[in-house]
Amino acid sequence: MVETTSTAPAPLPLNKRGRGGGRATTRSAGWTAALPLLVFIGLAFGIPAVALLGGAFTANGTLSTANLTESLQGAYLTAMLSSVKLSALVAVVGAVLGTFLAQAVVTSRFRALREAVLTASGVLANFGGVPLAFAWIATLGNSGVLTTRLGLGDLGWNLYSFWGLVLVYLYFSIPLMVLVIVPALDGLRPQWREAAQNNGATTWQFWRYVGIPVLTPTLLGGVVLLFGGAFAAYATAAAMVGTVVPLVTLQIADALAGNVLIGHENVALALSLDMVVVAGVVMAVYLPLQRRSARWLR
Amino acid sequence: MAALTPAALPDVEPPARSGGRGRRGGIWRGVVLVVAALYFVTPLLASFVFTVNDPMTGFTLDAYGEIFTAEGFAQSLLLSLGLAVATIVLVLVLTLPAMLAVRLSAPRLRPVLEVLCTLPLVVPPITFVAGISTVLRWGPDYLAATPFYQTIISIQNPAFPVVLVIAYAVLALPFVYRALDAGLGAMDVRTLVEAARNCGASWPVVLLRVIVPNLKSGLASASFLTLALVLGEYTIARLLGFQPFSVWIVTISGANAPLSVAVSIFSLLLTWLLLLVLSTAGTRRSRS
Repeated sequence: MVETTSTAPAPLPLNKRGRGGGRATTRSAGWTAALPLLVFIGLAFGIPAVALLGGAFTANGTLSTANLTESLQGAYLTAMLSSVKLSALVAVVGAVLGTFLAQAVVTSRFRALREAVLTASGVLANFGGVPLAFAWIATLGNSGVLTTRLGLGDLGWNLYSFWGLVLVYLYFSIPLMVLVIVPALDGLRPQWREAAQNNGATTWQFWRYVGIPVLTPTLLGGVVLLFGGAFAAYATAAAMVGTVVPLVTLQIADALAGNVLIGHENVALALSLDMVVVAGVVMAVYLPLQRRSARWLR
Repeated sequence: MAALTPAALPDVEPPARSGGRGRRGGIWRGVVLVVAALYFVTPLLASFVFTVNDPMTGFTLDAYGEIFTAEGFAQSLLLSLGLAVATIVLVLVLTLPAMLAVRLSAPRLRPVLEVLCTLPLVVPPITFVAGISTVLRWGPDYLAATPFYQTIISIQNPAFPVVLVIAYAVLALPFVYRALDAGLGAMDVRTLVEAARNCGASWPVVLLRVIVPNLKSGLASASFLTLALVLGEYTIARLLGFQPFSVWIVTISGANAPLSVAVSIFSLLLTWLLLLVLSTAGTRRSRS
């Protein structure tokens, strides 16, 4: 009381106190309303995460890094490298092809074509999992429609291989890239191209010095997104190749199902931790890029 | 082009140049579009041909007829739909109040919520399921004497595995968060809530009769995304040993190849229908 009278005229502190009190109650109400979600995430996401971390660093009941060491050796290392290679290849090829497709659609005069391709992309980008694998098996598998009609089997074609997986993964990666890159291509203003042309630039020079640099953050962001999608994919690979192509997701599933030596059960958790680290690093690259690309494309 | 061309370019040059580029552009554009169309349409057509073409008798739609009589079809589809409904209810009941609170009274929570709701995107489902199965194994190992044991057993009831609902709600968080965030961003939440409160509405009334009707399209797209996610999810259900629709497709695939492809096409059409509904809902929202 003494303080208020000494520092400010009478009505202000009253007013202030009144408003402050109101805000305090709504603030606590805000926290209460958000609490169930926070608790849910803490329980449903936090506990498995802690269990994963704890298990990855526990071998034979004691704290150790043996699981992690094992997860980066032998067949597990091969699987991890094969997963990274597959995802990187799918990401780069998917990004390039997706960009070409998007450019073809964006520069087209037909509005309907653009709408159709974008809608189809939204649908196909979500087309993953088992049905995707079955559709391709029916098409290019050993007794697939195209394989038998065109006699591809005699030519040495085999869908259940690394390149088969690349072909299938591109099926949902390219549409995803189209969705990512179309807003960026729309943001490339025709005036920039005209300005370059007026200054005597060739088409190649325009893309080399204007187009590609402006698109680079979005392109890299797209590559990262495609990498993440291909890296985490399990259902398609499991339904398609079984264990013919070593992939880290397949190894984890195998280890979780109990196909490991006694005392090595936690290798699955160590492998999972490796995966989270790779995915986390990739995402950490993506977020700043996304912010940077937002600067030019307004 | 139109914005700058008349002012900046001389009369003769642009038609000739743009005409030339147009023709060349037309060719490569055509090639790209045709190749893309071939790549994306072929598997769909081929799998349809695969299901209707019997080597002995020729054209037949038997595979599609068999879907509905195959063992476990109705059971697994109903389980999937039940899981989807439960997940949608759970995730909306948790997320909507939190997001309203963040907009109205706890803006400092917003970045926290955003990060938490994006995390499931970083974590591949298979690593998530590795964590979950570790936790579930704690049941018999450590918790047998405690009440938690009963909880762990009951959430794994194969007739309706609650653990899947929990896992799917986590996976759906990023999509639901974005859909609702876009929806809430499009309306003036604070004014609406304050007006309703000043007129004497209680919080449940505000939520159900003011917020929800205004947020219809956001809620619809969040629900559809969750539904599509739950119907297509395979990894978690398979590794925890449950049999919803997506796992059932694989289980029957060994016995009857045309049938399993037919079921795949069926589930695809189902998902696509949902996504199409979603995307039309989305365009209607952006136009209004």
